[in-house]
Amino acid sequence: MAGKIPIAKTYKLFIDGAFPRSESGRTFSVNNSEGELIANVSQASRKDFREAVRAARSAQSPWASRTAYNRGQILYRVAEMLESRKPEFLELLKSIGVNNRVATREIEDSIQRLVWYAGWSDKYSQLLGSVNPVSGPYFNFTVPEPTGVVGIIAPTEPAMLGFISRIAPAIVSGNTVVVVSEAQSSLTSVTIAEVLVTSDVPAGVVNILTGDQTDLLPWMVGHLDVNAVDISGISPKTDLTHLEEVASNVKRVVSRSVDEESLELISDFLEMKTVWHPIGR
Amino acid sequence: MKMPTSNITFGKTGSSIKVIPVDEVSLEARAASLATRSIKTSSKKAALHLTIRCIDLTTLEGADTPEKVASLCQKAKRPDPSNHDVPSVAAVCVYPEMVHHAVEATRNSKVKVASVAGAFPSGLSTIEARTADISDAVKRGADEIDIVLNRSAFLSGDEQRAFEEIVASKDACGEAHLKVILEVGELGSYDKIRQASMLAMAAGADFIKTSTGKIPQASSLPRVLCMAEAVRDFAYQTNISVGIKAAGGIRTAKQAWHYLVVIGETLGSEWLNPEMFRIGASGLLNDVLLQLNRLDSGSYSGPDYVTVD
Amino acid sequence: MANSNSKDGSDLEDFGIEYASAIESTSLVTIKDKYGLFIDGEFVSSSSGKSFETLDPSTENSLSVVTEASSEDVDRAVRAARASYEKYWKKMPGTDRARYLFRIARHLQERAREFAVLETLDGGKPIKESRDVDLPLAAAHFFYHAGWADKLEYAFPQRKLEPHGVVGQIIPWNFPLLMAAWKLAPALACGNTVVLKPAETTPLTALLLAEVIRDVDLPPGVINIVTGAGATGSAIVEHPEVNKLAFTGSTEVGKLIQRSAVKRNLPLTLELGGKAPHVIFEDAALDQAIEGVINGIFFNQGHVCCAGSRLLVQESIADNFIDRLQKRIELLRVGNPLDKNTDIGAINSKAQLERIDQLVKAGIEEGAEVFKPSCSLPENGYWYPPTVLTGVQQSHRVAREEIFGPVLVVQTFRTPEEALEKANNTPYGLSAGIWTEKGSLIHWMAERLRAGVIWANTFNKFDPASPFGGYKESGFGREGGMQGLGAYLKNSGGRS
Repeated sequence: MAGKIPIAKTYKLFIDGAFPRSESGRTFSVNNSEGELIANVSQASRKDFREAVRAARSAQSPWASRTAYNRGQILYRVAEMLESRKPEFLELLKSIGVNNRVATREIEDSIQRLVWYAGWSDKYSQLLGSVNPVSGPYFNFTVPEPTGVVGIIAPTEPAMLGFISRIAPAIVSGNTVVVVSEAQSSLTSVTIAEVLVTSDVPAGVVNILTGDQTDLLPWMVGHLDVNAVDISGISPKTDLTHLEEVASNVKRVVSRSVDEESLELISDFLEMKTVWHPIGR
Repeated sequence: MKMPTSNITFGKTGSSIKVIPVDEVSLEARAASLATRSIKTSSKKAALHLTIRCIDLTTLEGADTPEKVASLCQKAKRPDPSNHDVPSVAAVCVYPEMVHHAVEATRNSKVKVASVAGAFPSGLSTIEARTADISDAVKRGADEIDIVLNRSAFLSGDEQRAFEEIVASKDACGEAHLKVILEVGELGSYDKIRQASMLAMAAGADFIKTSTGKIPQASSLPRVLCMAEAVRDFAYQTNISVGIKAAGGIRTAKQAWHYLVVIGETLGSEWLNPEMFRIGASGLLNDVLLQLNRLDSGSYSGPDYVTVD
Repeated sequence: MANSNSKDGSDLEDFGIEYASAIESTSLVTIKDKYGLFIDGEFVSSSSGKSFETLDPSTENSLSVVTEASSEDVDRAVRAARASYEKYWKKMPGTDRARYLFRIARHLQERAREFAVLETLDGGKPIKESRDVDLPLAAAHFFYHAGWADKLEYAFPQRKLEPHGVVGQIIPWNFPLLMAAWKLAPALACGNTVVLKPAETTPLTALLLAEVIRDVDLPPGVINIVTGAGATGSAIVEHPEVNKLAFTGSTEVGKLIQRSAVKRNLPLTLELGGKAPHVIFEDAALDQAIEGVINGIFFNQGHVCCAGSRLLVQESIADNFIDRLQKRIELLRVGNPLDKNTDIGAINSKAQLERIDQLVKAGIEEGAEVFKPSCSLPENGYWYPPTVLTGVQQSHRVAREEIFGPVLVVQTFRTPEEALEKANNTPYGLSAGIWTEKGSLIHWMAERLRAGVIWANTFNKFDPASPFGGYKESGFGREGGMQGLGAYLKNSGGRS
């Protein structure tokens, strides 16, 4: 190669808007489709997971308190920033073995997905909520609210579209997320973090832990400050017995096909709150 | 007194009374729930007797005559001529012009004479004319005076004037007991009923009374519950116990004992006597007597078996 | 305290506030000596031959003997439900399912008094509650959901809706018939068939409902009712042919069920415990707030998952409010549940009575002050007086654990922020109450309270059109309203 020696990127975790290394000091290597090393990636530990949950928790209420309009604009901003970095993602996807045509399509779909969910931010409440005609002099309404902190096992494939498809419906309503991304998909995940950090997404709303899902799954399902887990990206070989600990605090468990796009996915991460008030003088 | 929740200082007494807001729906639900109390057997008889003892047997017609009043008083003293167990009513209630006839007719009985006074039922004449009317009724021998709250002043924001007029009326009563009619059907909300109740009590009312009986919107169970809660609160804040009179539209024994339940379960049994609770009515007495006959005989009675007065 | 048992009558000259006893007649209820399991449209005996007694908790007298369903019996019930699903229910148009539900609603209305008396006998709740709350609401739930059966596509447009198939439902003892209605009506409306297990201490109204189910000619096997305790419940939970589970009961048992279901990726909805904050601001309509607090904690002896069990009073009015509250409690009438004037009935079971007693003792040991009114309790049966614990700190067991009895714990706060912080400081999140006359404060609180049902200036109100269910450890999924249907349909987007 002519010219200077290229500078390789260090892939680190994404917690509370910053890119720390794992406290464990461990990394794992990601190779390209030819078996050549692309990068050493930080391998998150249970303590990193704990830190990520802490960040997600403190970001949750402020994020949910933003107006729906504002959250929509921020998601749209993420789409804009992805659009401007298309060549980078194309190279990245190609490096992990996705062919040019599929990768191009995946990037377009990812951008479109963000735009689609951005538009939902100030609409889903009107479709999922209701004013309820109770038998009595009461004003009674039901509104959806975010569940809280969501742990997500990101699908490894499609790496980029899978990641976007899982986080967008969770954060659009005001949840914050801790995403576990493993193996080759961790490269796109961390690169998306770079997009998020420049897209007005507040620190702590999306936290990304690269590492081994089997290592981190028990800590995710057992953590008492995680309100829901999305296991859509769980590896088929994972023993579901590991999930039992979701019962420790009655977590909501979501499992969907990895790249679907629907209103149902937004409601997966919502609680319905019903309010009663008398009507009188 | 501007806002229902504010601390208010009434006139010359200088005492500060807090007025608590009222939630209409919960209040009405509570009243409806109390109306499901089941009054049976011995309780029913006790309730019927107590009802009679608390009645202000009332005639307030332009066509009232001395004979009509005399007949009413006879009924008041001996509601059921055939049964000596049946007690006399608390009082007869008449216009000032009829007071001395009533006093004559109830002499040597426990039945008291109450008179409406003070430009009843509107209250809209000068305070001088109204207090003169009160003094006159007292001079004629009335034991109790029923006046109306000046709703015009109260609803237009001049609570102070409404308050001072009650104070002046109380002065004019001398020894006679003062009942202040709030005319709850004109006040528009339970918050206003609560405010008016507190205002009247703070001004010295011995009783607060629901209605004149001259408008269709009169006493109701939730309105009396609202007043009873005000009385409870006033006693809590001042240690002064004020009586309640429900009037207007109370025609059946069942209605009457619902009132007893509301008073008893809100204020306690200390209020379940004629010193603290009255029902202003004319037709009610006969329904109570019919019910008593039914309890005593075991079969249903008919209107021909009670006297029409 | 007025005690309707203490005195049969009153001084004729002193009506007082004693009421002569007004006992609801039990003559329209016929309780059989023994009840079988209701499987495939018939009452059948158990493969094991085991049975248990159900008691009247107000007297400890045995009411009847009820069959204990073994796992073979549960299997038989599930197979009946499956066969019925394939043969009748899956194919039946929504309009026809609706008609069956309407019929059930009507029969419940027609036989309401009979059901109410039986509910009170078997469970110990006051007749005025079973008559005025449980029965009208149970009928209303069937009526409401009947109307949905042929309109589901309007609730969830653009989805490929499908019933789950056979639904296993396990319900608690606090509102036996009403909880059956909450479970059965939406499940049937959405086209599922059901195996239902009522609680072991209160099986009788569900078994009477089985008669209604027969009377309305519901196809056999659409609803199967299996009686029994924990083992019977486990058999339903573990049965491989059950396609969806719905449970109402303790958080402890709910967690066990979730453990089992999550491994099999089995659709599940849970309505679990609570420790609801009931927040009183200084500007509230205090007389109504007191009634709200009374209703919030003493309704159904406090055996209510959404009971307002943690009173949070603004410090500026706390002494005054508690004083008034205690005076009001003195007027509550504890006694014979069949007396129409009884406000507080019997504790549902000996085990529950012991749990309440133990928790209150723990509270006193931790430093709480206890207030109990001057009432006498009947000698036989299970009774606990309405109780208020003051001086309770956030760390005390009684402030954190669900007591599920007529016991109110009282704490104070100074600012809305503090009220909110204390209110939300619990693993539960079923319900919460707010009393203030300031509208914007109501919305500020309602938005921030982490609970599924917020009652503002009211409490313990229920309606089939109004979704009910919890946040956090109070469970997930909703019952009632359009949102409640999602639990019984695949692809609805509702949590199922």
